[in-house]
Amino acid sequence: MAALELHHIAKAYGQIAVLHNISLAVSDGEFVVLVGPSGCGKSTLLRVIAGLERANGGSIILEGRDVTHLAAAERGLAMVFQSYALYPHMSVRQNIAFALENMRLPKAEIARRVQSASEMLQLAPYLERRPGALSGGQRQRVAIGRAIVRDPKIFLFDEPLSNLDAELRVATRKELAALHARIGGTMIYVTHDQVEAMTLADRIVVLRGGRIEQIGTPLELYNKPCNEFVAGFIGSPRMNFMSVTVAEAGHLKAGGASFAFGGAVRLAPGSQATLGIRPEHIEVAGENGDLDVQVTLIEQLGGETFLYGTLKDGKELTVRCGGQSHFRRGDKIGLVLQRDHIHLFAADGLVVT
Amino acid sequence: MISPLNLLRQRRTPDRIGLSDVLAYVYLAFGVALMFGPVVWLVLSSFKTPRNLDEFPPTLLPLAQQSLAVKGYDRKLPLYSVVMPDGTRRTLAQVRRIGVIAQLVDPAAPQTLIKVNMDKRTPLRQFGLDWHNYAHPLRHFNFGRYLWNSVFVTVVATLVTLLINSMAAYALSIHEFRGKSFFLVAVIATLMVPITIILVPVFVVINEIGLDNSLWAVILPGAATPTGVFLLRQYMLTLPRELIEAARMDKASEWQIYARIVMPLALPALAVLTIFSVMWRWNEFLWPLVVLSKSATYTLQIGLNAFQGDLQTQWNYLLAMTVVALIPIALVFVFLQRFITSGIANTGMK
Repeated sequence: MAALELHHIAKAYGQIAVLHNISLAVSDGEFVVLVGPSGCGKSTLLRVIAGLERANGGSIILEGRDVTHLAAAERGLAMVFQSYALYPHMSVRQNIAFALENMRLPKAEIARRVQSASEMLQLAPYLERRPGALSGGQRQRVAIGRAIVRDPKIFLFDEPLSNLDAELRVATRKELAALHARIGGTMIYVTHDQVEAMTLADRIVVLRGGRIEQIGTPLELYNKPCNEFVAGFIGSPRMNFMSVTVAEAGHLKAGGASFAFGGAVRLAPGSQATLGIRPEHIEVAGENGDLDVQVTLIEQLGGETFLYGTLKDGKELTVRCGGQSHFRRGDKIGLVLQRDHIHLFAADGLVVT
Repeated sequence: MISPLNLLRQRRTPDRIGLSDVLAYVYLAFGVALMFGPVVWLVLSSFKTPRNLDEFPPTLLPLAQQSLAVKGYDRKLPLYSVVMPDGTRRTLAQVRRIGVIAQLVDPAAPQTLIKVNMDKRTPLRQFGLDWHNYAHPLRHFNFGRYLWNSVFVTVVATLVTLLINSMAAYALSIHEFRGKSFFLVAVIATLMVPITIILVPVFVVINEIGLDNSLWAVILPGAATPTGVFLLRQYMLTLPRELIEAARMDKASEWQIYARIVMPLALPALAVLTIFSVMWRWNEFLWPLVVLSKSATYTLQIGLNAFQGDLQTQWNYLLAMTVVALIPIALVFVFLQRFITSGIANTGMK
């Protein structure tokens, strides 16, 4: 049974529509990440699921029960806020126990649950402290602790890592993944960071402008983006895009060069299209490449190297090389595009192949 | 926290006294004199005898007539400095005065009466506090009762005000309901109605309920203050929304959010309102004057008014009891001033 089903959810603030016809099913124990650029409606969608915002249309089914018109408190969900929203006047213990007290659990049961959650999150030494006396990472763990003691139907996370520094973010990301593996709850996680989405999700939902662009596993989105937006959003560094003209006999013209597509092009000859290829799918070929670029910048990271080059028509291109590179700024190099990994998008942005 | 001594030694540059320091201190001293002058004058005058008060030019310090026990006289005799016919000055005790002639004796030789014209003698006075001004009204005019009434009204009314205002402010800031802004405007609009306008209708209502001459008649009509509602609402709006939402997710009811989240976090604003309310209630005059007509229910301010008759005012008692009335409010300020500064800074009230 699906833990959560959304049917045609719509949300508008006055005249401004922020969510259009969102339908989504989340199965039990699944880790779903809602990802998209800022203003895409992902946080609003999460708040609609939580019950903090009322949807203007559609229905929300939670474990087979229609909860569209239930208040947040009655839905049995737990949420971790971006700011953590810890009660500043209560100790860590009181913060974690607050929901349990509201549920009128017996004292012994509350103590037991707080104990086990604090041990799981290594919060035991800080239980009597106020949130103000904790570091960012510890506050984050308290916020998670407050969610897990309730044993909720679904965990909702609203950009929980965005207030942490880079190092802590990576560490907490791993902890979250481990936590999900251990407690196995259904989780819905909102982020604008596609790396978080890729590393944490069972399935990713890419949103743009209040609409779902694509739903799929991280690798599905990476390998088979269904449109130009998803292709550009997933993957770091970004996929390279260049406008191409379809020529006769399966050839493409781009950046003053012409090369074989390596398959049938399902577009009429002469039509305009966009070619997308990820930096890691371009090979440096010396003389006889598909395209020639002039290197404008080299980033040596030791284990890998990013080359930034410009085509003859001034279009920029990023290339990822394994290991270390001997190229220098100003060098002219030929590039070969791996035919299996070329994405071709029609003028409307949808993938062609 | 800076100690008072250090505070007085503050300078713009630590090692020298510049012009700006001089100007600043002069200006501040002026301010202190302006604000504290009347209070100091009041306290000093409250220890003066009625005669001392009536004097012109007035004396700064309370002065009392010196007196001395003289052999052969039952009561103490007042001392005078007398210019004798030969031009010498002597200190004599006055026995009585008949017309313009004063009869005095030398305390060292009390057998012989010395008669002098009354403008040849000046009273010998020294600094003396007339505690009688305090003792007499506290003993005879039931001031203890007034004081208790005032304390009761202030404490109970402040508690009721805090409760009602905070609930209204919670509704107007955090709770979601239709017509919220209408109610807010309605509450704010009542700020524009002065008490004098509604004095008679409210009195009629109180009278009909049968609350007249009871302290509740003073407490209840002013319990909900639009200023307080507005002040608390503005503060509650600054509380992070996510905290309230977190509490909603934590299955807290509206009452629990109010009592366990919003009230503790609104403490600075509540402290400010407490101080304001204590001040309003303690100093409230017009409404209690209208509604309280029996001496047993007088508050301090109404009790003070009783010293002021149509023909004659007992200034010495009035001043002394004014000082008594000032003490509690001054203490409240001393203990809560920390909250006043932070609370006012936070609520944007001036």
